[in-house]
Amino acid sequence: MAVSKRIVLHFPKRLVDRPIVYHLIKDYNLEFNILKASVTPEEEGVMVLELKGEQQDYDQGIRYLTEAGVKIQSLSQDIIRNEERCTHCGACLTICPTAAFELDLKTRQVNFDDEKCIACGLCIKACPPRAMEVHF
Amino acid sequence: MIRTIAEINEKIKQGRAVVLTAEEIIDIAREKGTKKAAEEVDVVTTGTFGPMCSSGAYFNIGHSKPRIKLGGGRVYLNDVPAYAGLAAVDIFLGANALPDDDPRNRVHPGEFNYGGGHVIEELVAGRDIRLVVSAYGTDCYPRKKLETWINLADLNEAVLFNIRNAYQNYNVACNLSDKAIYTYMGVLRPNLGNVNYCSAGQLSPLLNDPYYQTIGIGSKIFLGGGVGFIAWQGTQHNPDVPRTEKGVPKRSAGTLAVIGDLKQMSPKYLVGTSMLGYGCTLTVGVGVPIPILSEEILEYTSVSDEDIQAAVIDYSEAYPQQKPDILAEVSYAELKSGKVKIQDKEIPTASLSSYPRAVEIATTLKEWILRGKFLLTQPVAPLPGVESGDVFKPLKERPLEE
Repeated sequence: MAVSKRIVLHFPKRLVDRPIVYHLIKDYNLEFNILKASVTPEEEGVMVLELKGEQQDYDQGIRYLTEAGVKIQSLSQDIIRNEERCTHCGACLTICPTAAFELDLKTRQVNFDDEKCIACGLCIKACPPRAMEVHF
Repeated sequence: MIRTIAEINEKIKQGRAVVLTAEEIIDIAREKGTKKAAEEVDVVTTGTFGPMCSSGAYFNIGHSKPRIKLGGGRVYLNDVPAYAGLAAVDIFLGANALPDDDPRNRVHPGEFNYGGGHVIEELVAGRDIRLVVSAYGTDCYPRKKLETWINLADLNEAVLFNIRNAYQNYNVACNLSDKAIYTYMGVLRPNLGNVNYCSAGQLSPLLNDPYYQTIGIGSKIFLGGGVGFIAWQGTQHNPDVPRTEKGVPKRSAGTLAVIGDLKQMSPKYLVGTSMLGYGCTLTVGVGVPIPILSEEILEYTSVSDEDIQAAVIDYSEAYPQQKPDILAEVSYAELKSGKVKIQDKEIPTASLSSYPRAVEIATTLKEWILRGKFLLTQPVAPLPGVESGDVFKPLKERPLEE
């Protein structure tokens, strides 16, 4: 069964110059799409990946990463909306490139679908009450 | 005249008043006709919740031992400068005030994460705020430095005083250039990528009383979660603009200056706001009750989004260069649908003003009136009307050199 997941990888310093992602592809037959990468030598690296493949291959690939010392987090946990601060103004609607914000035409409230979110971060600074928060 | 404000207040005290929001009245007026609706409904409540830059508050902090004169000195609240050109312990803090040097603002587009509006929100939320003062010592006010925590509850006066709120209609902003621009109307994507508007439309106070027949100086209102009053017309009040047949202004027109005791307000309706690349401001909740004194007044309150037009203006060139060009006139019904058609393109729309919160405000005000907690007031003076001659003029620049 094919799966497609978005994950955030944190590479400790010692792994930054090792071809980890290469092995995911070659050894575990996974398709990948880099949504964001911030990898500098001698520093911890962060990468947001979309991985696609058979469930078995995906699970093995994740085990490989974990054993290599890479910290893995599901992406949808990383951009959150602070419900106390959100005023449902709607300024975010036309900023989001993946339409993760949707206006309920009846209640005029804004719904945030974190499954559609690719953590590009554009909404973070565009939100007037600063209700969008990133936790990488 | 069907009823007077005094009669309405009698009914309110007896718990018999019939009150509807400006949204509810639309269908009622359509079903029953304006004559019958006017006979049955006593008050229509309006509401709006949007960024309102000309907002601020003044405070009296009380005297220290020995005394210090803030007036003429330098005063900071959480590193945000407050205005200290008044008496010894009176200061004014504006919503747009910014820290002297916030590194996050240095590179365009600055983040403007913290400013006057945020300090006001935190004060209303009951948080402690750092007050730092350096003053000109005098014989009667010898102290030159003061650093202390202050809290809303300890201040003598804490008065919200917004010199321009509740704009009667506003521009719709777009960007014709090929680069994203960062404005007080939000982030505008290049080549007509999006269109932003900022109005509660059919719920908006002044759009429900377009000729200011009931709303005036002294009107008691919902302000920031508590009670306030209209103190004066707001700055840039401009009644004589093109209007539709139903009298609804098609351009930004009237404004209100409002005042109220900050201590009975709520951070839910006074939200510190950051506009990327532009600055800080305060998002304010305002709600005005409209006494139904005549059928004509009821008719005005039954205005709906499709009756209200606004002008789409390019904020990359036309607005900053003070060019009068507009791209199109669109209705709020079209804007609220999520898409408008301009120059044969379908453009996505977004609001900066929260309609659901405006509904909450109008509903809360309605509940206050129904429960007998809120009586209406008779304005002591009218707002300048269309014939007043009040006009929002541009600056006539007169250079200082010969």
